[in-house]
Formats: sequence, C-alpha cells, structure tokens
Amino acid sequence: MTTSQTIAFINARLVEPESRYDGPGALVVREGFIADVVRRPDFGKLSDDIRVVDCNGAMLAPGLVDIRVKTGEPGHETKETLKSACRAAAAGGVTSIVIQPDTDPAADDPATIDFIQRRARDIGLVHVYAAGAATQGLEGQRMAEIGLMMEAGAQYITDVDRPIVDSKVFRRVLSYAKGFGALVAHRPADPYLSAGAAATEGEFAARMGLPSAPVVAERIMLERDLALAEITGARLLVDQITCEDSLERLERARVRGLNVSATASINHLSFNELDIGDYRTFYKLNPPLRAESDRQALIDALSAGLVEVVVSAHAPAPAEDKRLPFDEAAPGAVGLETLLAGLLSLHHEGRVTLVDLIRAVTYAPAALLGLKAGRLSPGAPADLVLCDLGAPFMLDADKLISKSKNSPFDGRRLQGQVILTMAGGKVVHKALE
Amino acid sequence: MTIKAVGIDDVRARTHAFPAPHFLSIADLNRPQVIQLLDLAEAFVALNRQTSKKLDLLKGRTLMNLFFENSTRTQSSFELAGKRLGADVVNMSPRQSSMTKGETLIDTAVTLNAMRPDLLVVRHASSGAAALLAQKVGCSVINAGDGQHEHPTQALLDALAIRHAFGKVEGLTVAICGDVMHSRVARSNVLMLGMLGAQVRLVGPPTLMPAGADRWGVEVFHDMRKGIAGADVVMMLRLQLERMQGALVPSTREYFRFYGLDREKLAMAAKGAKVMHPGPMNRGVEIDSEVADDPKISLIQNQVEMGVAARMAVLASLAARLETA
Repeated sequence: MTTSQTIAFINARLVEPESRYDGPGALVVREGFIADVVRRPDFGKLSDDIRVVDCNGAMLAPGLVDIRVKTGEPGHETKETLKSACRAAAAGGVTSIVIQPDTDPAADDPATIDFIQRRARDIGLVHVYAAGAATQGLEGQRMAEIGLMMEAGAQYITDVDRPIVDSKVFRRVLSYAKGFGALVAHRPADPYLSAGAAATEGEFAARMGLPSAPVVAERIMLERDLALAEITGARLLVDQITCEDSLERLERARVRGLNVSATASINHLSFNELDIGDYRTFYKLNPPLRAESDRQALIDALSAGLVEVVVSAHAPAPAEDKRLPFDEAAPGAVGLETLLAGLLSLHHEGRVTLVDLIRAVTYAPAALLGLKAGRLSPGAPADLVLCDLGAPFMLDADKLISKSKNSPFDGRRLQGQVILTMAGGKVVHKALE
Repeated sequence: MTIKAVGIDDVRARTHAFPAPHFLSIADLNRPQVIQLLDLAEAFVALNRQTSKKLDLLKGRTLMNLFFENSTRTQSSFELAGKRLGADVVNMSPRQSSMTKGETLIDTAVTLNAMRPDLLVVRHASSGAAALLAQKVGCSVINAGDGQHEHPTQALLDALAIRHAFGKVEGLTVAICGDVMHSRVARSNVLMLGMLGAQVRLVGPPTLMPAGADRWGVEVFHDMRKGIAGADVVMMLRLQLERMQGALVPSTREYFRFYGLDREKLAMAAKGAKVMHPGPMNRGVEIDSEVADDPKISLIQNQVEMGVAARMAVLASLAARLETA
C-alpha cells in the first residue's frame, strides 16, 4: 500500500486521548497524515477513490508511543536488533519507540544517536527515536554531550538503569540539561541498599532466600532527585516508579509545583513479587516486582493521573541470560508486543478507564517529549492502531517477533488483539485474516 | 549373636515411596511423610552400628554428588549413604572459578543427564539452583543446600537427632541462634520443626534476622539470654566470617560476647538442654569449645551420625519411587 492512497476508517470505537473522547467515530488518512476525524460512525458518501476500512466497532486509537525500549543494537545484536524491535513494535500496535542509550558503545555522543536514527530510517517501519546518556559511558562521573545529542535528535537524557550516585554530578546534569530544555530521566534506586538485590525485601524474598533490597531504596533516591529538581528547576522524569511510599512523595512534589513526571512499567502494573513463584526468572526485573499493595497503589496513581506515562520497559534477554539460578539471571522483560494487551487487562478489570489507559501510552508520552504523535486530530501523523478489544488469546512467548522471548506474560490469557498498525500512513502490521 | 541384626526385611517394611520426584524443600513433605522417613532412618541408625552395614536396595543405581560449593561433611555423608545401600557413587565438584557460574550449572545438568544417573545430589551457592536443575534432568534431584534457601536433609537429620535424644520433637522448645538471614539450615528447620510440633525461636542480632521472620510462625529474639531461656534445644548456626565486611556485625569478639554460646548463657536453657550445630564450627565465635565438646550436652557428633542414616532414608524412599514409576 502506498502512503499516497487515501483511506477512510469507518464504524470505529474511536479513542481520542487528547480530548479524552471514547465513542463512535470515523477517520480519514491522506498523505501520511490524519486528514479528517468525525465523531459519528461514518462520513456518509465518500468519493470512489477512497479506500474504506470498516472497523466493525473495533478500537481505533493513536499508535502507541513507548519511551523506554532497549535493543541490542549496536553491541548485542543477538538479543535484539533495531529491525526486530521495530517489527515487534508494529505487531504490538506501537508506532513510536525511544531507544535507551545503554547500547555498546553507549549512546553518549551525537554520532551514536545519529547512527540509531539512520538505521531506523532504512528499516522504515515505525518511528524510532533515541535517548542520550547523561554521563559518559553511563558511568555517573563526566557529563555526556547533552547539547550536541539534543541537537542530533535525542529525545531525553538518561543513564537508564544506573543511578547517578554522585549528587553533585546529577545536580549539574539537571542544571545543564535545563539550558537546552532537555528532559532528564533518572531511576530512583539507592545503589548501596540495592546492591546485589534480586527481589524486594520482605517475607517472600526471605523465605525464598533471595538477596533483596527494601522499598525505601527507591524512596531515598527519589527524595534526593526531587530536591535536586527543585533547586535546579529542571524537568525530571522519574523512571519506573513502583511503590506506594514513592508515590506519596511524588504527589507532594507535584503539589509543590515541581516539573516532575513519572513512568510506570506495564510489568509493575501487572505482576507482584509472588509471581516469581518457584524462581521464575522471567519475573526477575529491575526494579524488582513489589508487593500487591504497591501494585494496587500504582494502578490508582495511573488512574488519578499522578503517573502519566506507561512504558513497556522492553529489555530483551536471550535464554542463556535467563536460564540461570534466579540471582544470577539477567533482569528485564520484553514488552513491545504485550504492552497494549497488558494495559487492556486493567480496562477489562474495570480498574482504569480505557481512554486514560490509552492516553498513558499515546498522548501523554508524546506531549512529554513534544512529539506530534499520540493524537487523532487533523494534521497529526497517521500513526494508528486498530484493535479488537475483546479478542482473547493465550500468549506463547515462542511466537513473539522479538529475538528474545523473555516475556512474563508467557502462558497468560489476555484480551485485545491488534488487527492493524499504521505508522506515517503506511500499514506496518496486519493480523492474519 | 544375641541381638537380632537389622536386615533387609526391617528396612523394606519401613520404606515408603517418596512423595515427590525430587527432594528440594521440606515443603515437599507433610507430617506423616516426615515421620515415615524418621522411622526408616531409625532402622538405618541401627544398621550403621553393625559390622555389616551394607544393603543392596540401590543396587544398579547411580548416585551423583554434584557439589558446586565445597562440603566435606555433606558430600561424604551422601557418599556413604549411597554406598551402604549398594549404589554406584560418583563425586563431581565443578570448579566454579574456571567457568562462569551459569554455564556450569545448565551445561553440567545436560551433560550429567546424558550419563543417566538415578539420583543427583546437588549443592549450589544460588537459591533455587536445585529446582532449576530438577527441571532439566530426568533423574531425582536432592537439594543438598541451595544458596540461602533450603537444606532439607540437614533438617531431617536434625529432627532425627532431636527425636533420638528426647524421644520426641513435639512440644519441645528449639532456639535457632545466630546468622538466620543467610542460613538455609535455619529455613529448612523452621519448616521441619514447626511441622513436627516444636516451639521454634529465632535468636540473633537484627542485622542477621530476615525481614518478616516474625511471620514464619516463630518467636524472634535479639537478646540471646531471653531467647534460649527454658529452651530444650539450642541450635547454633555458623557465622560466615565475611559477614564482618558487610557491616552486619562489628567483630568476632563482640559477636561471641552477645551471641556466642558458652556455659553461662546455656545455663538459661532448660535443665538437660542439648546443643546442636550443623558444622563446621567457628570455635570461639558462635560456640565455646567447652560446650561443643561436652558429650553430656552436645549432640554435634550425634548429628553427623544421624546424617548418614537420614540420607539413607531419603535415598531408599526415592529409589522406591523410581521402582514404582
């Protein structure tokens, strides 16, 4: 299909996250952009050269924007390449991804940012963006070329899973980034309390004999980060907030007017520490899974808008990194193909409204980064996902497109199948009919 | 011979097929099953005291000892247990330093499985390693210690030693003292002794007490004198000397002052109280030699003897299961 053909989607359940509309609708795509949107089932008479797609009541929403995706390219292509990640994203209804800079070499200079963007352009599936490292080699000591990376197209600045321990360095990163209007993401985890931990401290981890870290390890670092964001006035993104205790601090900072946002991973919204069960390493994550009360608090925070963005935290790890004793196994889970279905579980359980869930993976992350994606309005890029909300399926990790199959959703029953994904007006994924 | 020798018939009569394909955790057993194992082990205690100690219950079977962590005591205990039941025993100690840890475990599991052993005894530094191995092999796996998780045959032999000394376990008060946090022996014993109806106490400094231990159905004490007051059994745990580095305890002398077992602290325990230790001991750190070596109060040598019998009971039961499978 060419991008020049005009397509009309009719009889859709339109979910428009910017205006929080969820109802009947129809939409026209022309030249890679959304040309027209109406809040009724169809347009009436359309000209004959327009191709009509009857959605039969399926959900039509903006393609998902996932701002925390790891691949193995460059450096560890056996885990995941940019191409396999793009195909996985398309299959999951994700049309924009932000690649994390913990590649090998680290994306801590403009050349690597440029490399990732150019590779993605050659692949030509979904929109691929890159985040830049905050410090050189992600080592937490010398500042990376934040200005040059932003100029090269970096979407935000982060040392990914490695907290910047030196408060002076982190303060300067925040301060300096502010000069370029750059958003700085930071993982709140006290490195000393968290050292060697494979699980969350508590009765369960103790019984299983797993090395663990207390939840306050997150709160301690979060409070430091919030204080530094306050004195620098920089924009801070709390990377994967997980516990009730931290959410309370985040809320207080918001009330004080700090420019701070937070992400939650789909994994922490879907699972708790007991899912580890008999040492199942697909549930070994960083940050580790928390108590059920923390998961519930996180869902409430998402529903209330305190946590605005949900990420897949896509972290491919091949079998040889996962088929190990729990404390030796690599942390992380793939998530691009299950982000939407995982979120829809919260909708089916009636915990969060559909439009709020969709907003957290479309408009909210796009607005945070200043992208035009994530909305259904004339002039916006034609990034769309068409999804049969009720269609049930059982996830078989071996059938995932990702090169690594480490999905904690393996064997789970889910509802919500992607029928079609469109990026920039081009169909990039279509379910088998 | 006036005393009737323990023979194959006594053992056969007491042998029941093990309830699970593997022995990974005390949680694999219920109380009647534990009592059956203890009864069988008693027969082996008697057998082991005879001149002729050998049976052929495991004839033709191969037992592999796979110890990723060194342990002279447990390994030789399993080796003897296997040999006395007539099995062929192979000892393997993959050197962790020469390979990365993960490769060793899975690769070794696959390799060993191809040699078709019947029973695989494994010790590894990571919690859950025995369970992981059990998924990859076709034989019965016995957990001989996995990280900080469990050491189920140790708990079985401890219960046997207690029953031997007191005639029962139910109703006794057992104080488990020392580095509970890092102890797989403590975790298995909490499950075992609780199941058999003993009152279990955990005693140690807060830094060596696992989070949530108070929810394990035990009483937690940080003052050792209070913790062992009135106890029938004082079970000491080994303190790894590297704990000094991690700011868990300040020094061995301070540890001994507050948590080492000496005659003075032991005087708080019940009259006739017995002292246990899974070994190897750090004399003068967690236990005073005077206490450890006193045959009137120490069950420590007894534990070693019971170890062979308890492991014979486990091997015989697992073999009985293999027979019926």
